[in-house]
Amino acid sequence: MSDGAKTSGLRGWIDDRFPMTKMWEEHVARYYAPKNFNFWYFFGSLALLVLVNQIVSGIWLTMNYTPDSDLAFSSVQYIMRDVQWGWLIRYMHSTGASAFFIVVYLHMFRALLYGSYKKPRELIWIFGMLIYLVLMAEAFMGYLLPWGQMSYWGAQVITSLFGAIPGIGHDLMIWIRGDYNISGVTLNRFFALHVAALPLVLVFLVVAHILALHEVGSNNPDGVDIKKNKDANGIPKDGIPFHPYYTVKDLMGAVVFMIFFAGVVFFAPTFHDLFLEAPNFQPADPLQTPAHIAPVWYFTPFYSILRSVPNKLGGVMAMGSAIFLLFLLPWIDRGKVRSHRYRGRLYKVALALLIIVFAILGYLGTIPPTATVAGVIQNKSLAQICSVLYFSYFIFLFIYTAFGLERTKPVPERVTSK
Amino acid sequence: MKQEGADKGRRRFLTGAATVVGGTGAAFVAVPFLSYWQPSARTKAAGAPIETNVSKLEPGQLITISWRGKPIWVFRRTKDELDKLPKLNGRLRDPQSKVASQQPPYAANATRSIRPEVGVLIGICTHLGCIPLYKPEVGSVDADWPGGFFCPCHGSKYDLAGRVFTGVPAPMNLEVPPYWFPSENVVTIGEHKEGSA
Repeated sequence: MSDGAKTSGLRGWIDDRFPMTKMWEEHVARYYAPKNFNFWYFFGSLALLVLVNQIVSGIWLTMNYTPDSDLAFSSVQYIMRDVQWGWLIRYMHSTGASAFFIVVYLHMFRALLYGSYKKPRELIWIFGMLIYLVLMAEAFMGYLLPWGQMSYWGAQVITSLFGAIPGIGHDLMIWIRGDYNISGVTLNRFFALHVAALPLVLVFLVVAHILALHEVGSNNPDGVDIKKNKDANGIPKDGIPFHPYYTVKDLMGAVVFMIFFAGVVFFAPTFHDLFLEAPNFQPADPLQTPAHIAPVWYFTPFYSILRSVPNKLGGVMAMGSAIFLLFLLPWIDRGKVRSHRYRGRLYKVALALLIIVFAILGYLGTIPPTATVAGVIQNKSLAQICSVLYFSYFIFLFIYTAFGLERTKPVPERVTSK
Repeated sequence: MKQEGADKGRRRFLTGAATVVGGTGAAFVAVPFLSYWQPSARTKAAGAPIETNVSKLEPGQLITISWRGKPIWVFRRTKDELDKLPKLNGRLRDPQSKVASQQPPYAANATRSIRPEVGVLIGICTHLGCIPLYKPEVGSVDADWPGGFFCPCHGSKYDLAGRVFTGVPAPMNLEVPPYWFPSENVVTIGEHKEGSA
């Protein structure tokens, strides 16, 4: 069956009618990935695993969930208390949402470490960013469905963001809500988008992401193009077939991940108020705002940037551009060297600073704007400093690379391994 | 691929005609799909005007009622509070209620109300939609707090006429809903007095 040889039996019968073996070979058995993948390369396949978890547990949840403002909260309680194993399915779904963002953030960090967004992988990065964007929409709409206090007021705050757009903002906000305020109408449409529309878009984007990856080939921790060194058969010398080498490696990673995942599901499903927030255990009340509103942890870095600007439109624009700038990363970074291993020292410092600032912004977004951090600095002031540093990364990176200020090390011909 | 004998002009015409007719159809069908998201007739009907009695409202007291699913504050200001309002003008973003979208014309005055003492406001912060807290006591939010409404979400501040202070994230004054007094003691919220506005 190698090199397009005919397959026989049932497999041959199928292959004559559907490119089963051809697809398997192209994307798995004869997809040659660099042999030096490390720990950071687990998170792509883990994201896929979490996506499957979300789809399956999500379908199960819809069997007992009612998207109606009078019944939604109690239907979730019904799933938690009365439905056989309902609590497990629901905690798998709610923990899966946070797990999704953990693996996606680590996956994106990997791309920054090794310059995986650079030419010729710009489209992989764009598809990935679109996946991230849809994932945020998916998580936001899903969070409204339990119809708790934080569901309601989170949706109220986020839909109000659209009201900041000059001219059409107010009408756009009503159009999105389908009512003058967040109501059962909004709940119903968010349910439709959450369970049907956005998952379809998400799956389509994931397919595009992987097809683009397999077209140009995987990057690696050295940022070396392995296709430059091929053997007599046209196979990269530093490449190994994805199956069985990386299928086995990823299987190992999946099991370790699932042990941690199960630990959270069984022993800490709310994860100290981070994965499921306390006010969401109270039914939504349109006439009573909770004392402190904070989005779920994965949104808080951007929420902090939004809050740090003392102007509504300005805040929304700052938050929007914080995300949009990531899309432009392949063109902001003009450096020719991909991996941090061979890049200038300032690049490593800047990247480390970006991660620290992002983490601090994330923490600040979970506490009230008036709170004092570590007894010294006001949340708002620290958030302003961190927001400026966040944007500085992109400005620095452009100046550093576009004007040839970066002093890189020589990149090896072949991948290295310990 | 060989295309001998192909009538390219005919192909171009067919492609063009199908694109124009199909594209027009797609553009028209976008309207119902987008309008479907607008508030339905039932939603609009649920937003009909409501009435409430203000005769029992003591000075300094505030009640919250629901109209269109939004909290509406009806409150009676004290003499002191009314005297203080003009003195705050320098600390406010829009003291003269110049932004027309935030109140009907008959409320674009010093107290942003029809009757000076009775305030009617939509209790939704113009920043991101939280419900501000009623803090009429002087100094209850910070040292130079004159009394007003304070939003706990992002720290926006309004005076007792719903006028926004400067230096806070909220861009505009609190919205005044359409309302009128059909009789001495009753206020109708959700419609203008006939012939006004």
